Formats: sequence, C-alpha cells, structure tokens
Amino acid sequence: MNDIASKVLKGDPRSVARLITLAENSSPEAAGAMKDIHLHTGDAHVIGITGVMGSGKSTLICELTREYRRQGLEVGIIAIDPTSPFSGGALLGDRIRMMELATDNGVFIRSMGTRGMLGGLTTAVYDVVEILDAAGKDIVIVETVGVGQAEVDVIKIADTTIVVLVPGLGDSIQTIKAGVMEIADIYVVNKADRSGVEQTLAEVESLVDIACTNKDRKTPVLTTVAKENKGVVELIDEINKHKKYLKKSKMFEVQRRKRYEAELVEIIRKRLMNFIFDESKFKGKIESLIDQISNKELDPYTAADEILGKILK
Amino acid sequence: MERKIRVLIAKPGLDGHDRGAKIVARALRDAGMEVVYTGLHQTADMIVKTAVQEDVDVIGLSLLSGAHMTLFMDVTRLLKGKDMEDVLVVGGGVIPEEDIPKLKKAGIAGVFGPGTRIEDIVEFVRKNVKR
Repeated sequence: MNDIASKVLKGDPRSVARLITLAENSSPEAAGAMKDIHLHTGDAHVIGITGVMGSGKSTLICELTREYRRQGLEVGIIAIDPTSPFSGGALLGDRIRMMELATDNGVFIRSMGTRGMLGGLTTAVYDVVEILDAAGKDIVIVETVGVGQAEVDVIKIADTTIVVLVPGLGDSIQTIKAGVMEIADIYVVNKADRSGVEQTLAEVESLVDIACTNKDRKTPVLTTVAKENKGVVELIDEINKHKKYLKKSKMFEVQRRKRYEAELVEIIRKRLMNFIFDESKFKGKIESLIDQISNKELDPYTAADEILGKILK
Repeated sequence: MERKIRVLIAKPGLDGHDRGAKIVARALRDAGMEVVYTGLHQTADMIVKTAVQEDVDVIGLSLLSGAHMTLFMDVTRLLKGKDMEDVLVVGGGVIPEEDIPKLKKAGIAGVFGPGTRIEDIVEFVRKNVKR
C-alpha cells in the first residue's frame, strides 16, 4: 500500500492534511492513495450544512462538534469559502468561529476555497470526505459557502442535509424556496433569540406541510441559539433519527449510490478538462480557435466540434 | 494545475489589534493565494495544529503587544517537532529593530514592521515559499 495512504488510515493528521492538498491539486500521487483508501471508507455519517451568509453555520458546527466530542465521537469538518473569480485567491475565515476546537486531537478541520466550482462545494470535496472517513472520523461535516438560491450540490455528498435559516428572512424564504428550500432533511432556525422567530417558523412549517404531503417523513423544523449552545442536543437527536430513517427506508444505499455517481462524474470531468485545456498540444489550437471566433471567421459550435473531434476519434 | 500557495494568518497572544493582519490577509488573497485567518487570541499550540491541518506553506504572525520574542519563537519551536520545518514563517507588528536579528535566527524568515509596503510582503512570500 501507498505510504501516505497507510498513514491516513492510522489517522495521522500530517498525512491527512498532505493527501487533501494533493487531491485538491489533482496530483497523480493523490489518485494512487485514493485508490488504496476507498475500501476503508463508508462508515462516517456525512452531514451537509448550508444556509444564507451570516446564518451562523460555523458557530453551529462548532457547537455540534463539541456535543459529538462529549459523546466520544471523532469529527472531521470541511469548511468551504468562495474563491475569488478574479484573483483565484480566497480568504478562508470559517475557523474563526471554531478555534476552540483547534487543539482537540479528535477533530480535524480543513478550510477550502471553491476554486471555480459553482453549487456551493469545491471539486475535491468528495476526496476530502473519503480521506476524513478513512482516517477514522465518525462524523464528517461539510459546510458550504453561504448560499443564495441554487447552490444545492451539498445533497450529492451529504447523508443528512441541514438548511440553516435565521429569523427575519421574511419574504426571502419565498424567494429561495425553489432551490435551497427543497433540499433540507432538517431545517434549523438559528439565532432563535432574535425577534421574528415565530413568523419564520410559521413560514417554514407551512412550506414543509405542502412539500411533505404524501411523504412518509415530515422534515423537522428546529430552533437553535448556537452561541449559547441551545437546541444543539435536540439537533443531534434529529440527525440520529434521520440516519435511522435512511437505513430503514433503504434510502441510505440510494443516496450513497448517488454520491458515488457524482464523484465519478466529477473525476472524469476534471481529468477531461485537464486533458483538453492543460495539455500543450491542444492549448495552441484552442487559442487560435478563440482568435478565429473573435474575428467572426468561425462560430463557437464548429470550434467545439473541431476540438472534440480530435479527442473522440 | 498550478499549485496554490496556502497561508495561515494568525494573531498569537492577547492584543486585539487585527487590522494589519486583515489587510495582509486580503492582499495575499488578491495575489491569488488561499489565506486562512484564525482570529484573535491564539496560542502557539493552536496555531501550529491549525497549520498542520490546513497544510499551509506560509505562516504569518501578527503581534502588537510586545510578546513577540516569546510567542513567535514558541511557534517555530513547535513546528520543528511536527515535521513542519519547511513552512515559511514571517512576522509583523510593532517589533523593535534590535529584536529582528534574534527572530531571524530563530526561524522567522521575514519581519515586517509598520510602514512596510504591502507589495513587498506579497513578493517576499512568493520568492521564499519553500514548497
């Protein structure tokens, strides 16, 4: 077995961190190690946490993790923040709310930039979930970027998806209901000590009533005040109930299959894009095609046919 | 794919002045780097464990309370025990001239006091990053 893979399986933080970097940079070395660890994955329960900017996702994750630690479980956290589409840089600040977890050896936190991926995740997130799972984490929490409406990719990777809302969203709940408001396994109204919480609860519950008609499970709506650790134990109870529901209804296997499908598609997409856009033999060709399109000598569809024709022949 | 430089910007110790740290973090982001910011009041142990998990190439320490001789050196000492000697460590804040040679000897590769041009910090990081 690959050296780094065997160290990851022993839970060595340095190796876990290194393999994540390799995976994030699509290094060939990562592929070898990922092959070795796959057999040892699948035990961790993956919790996706999404919600609007400033809804308290990071603080809630910190409190959830503290509670899981009290129960003796190990936790991995993937905290995703946006990469600037202009500079390619990213300011990763989710840790600020989690620093009290920094010295706990049972917790591993990794901050990641989206690196051009839309949908609220980052391309290497599937790899990182597998790495943390293989390293023995019982719970893996994925925190998406602060979402607007359509960043719903977290459901592809999470066993349990939690949508975090705050009081006073008011009509904006109506506006986000087409995307984010369709993906929750559990709704949490955080900052529930603020005014307007009853109205927000009523709006979410009425939405759930309509959405869950004729379904065997009604999406629970909870309230929390994360910074005071209120409602966190109840949230973990709901997560456990959802896990049981998944197992009982066989949805667990269906969802996991979807996750592996998304992962496979992502690996192929990444390799194909690298092959086309990073390989030097195509690079010059693509540049000249773009010039021709700009000069109206060629249309983009014919140009695409030309590149794909070269690959598929 | 080009490897992105990952940087940890940390505030060890008890002072609460992080405007400088935030400006440097922002400048490094604008230079295309991934910057993890820890927030205030970090211990050396927290900083080094964070650096390990985040697998950063650079640690930038900001301190304005005068405890840099102790706290900066605690960080470089702990890094040695973690097989992290190849991380570039730089510091900034209110640091007297006479302390700079001692800090450099202890493994703080660059020290940037008040008035440093932000472009100089970016360039120093780019040129000296070890991996």
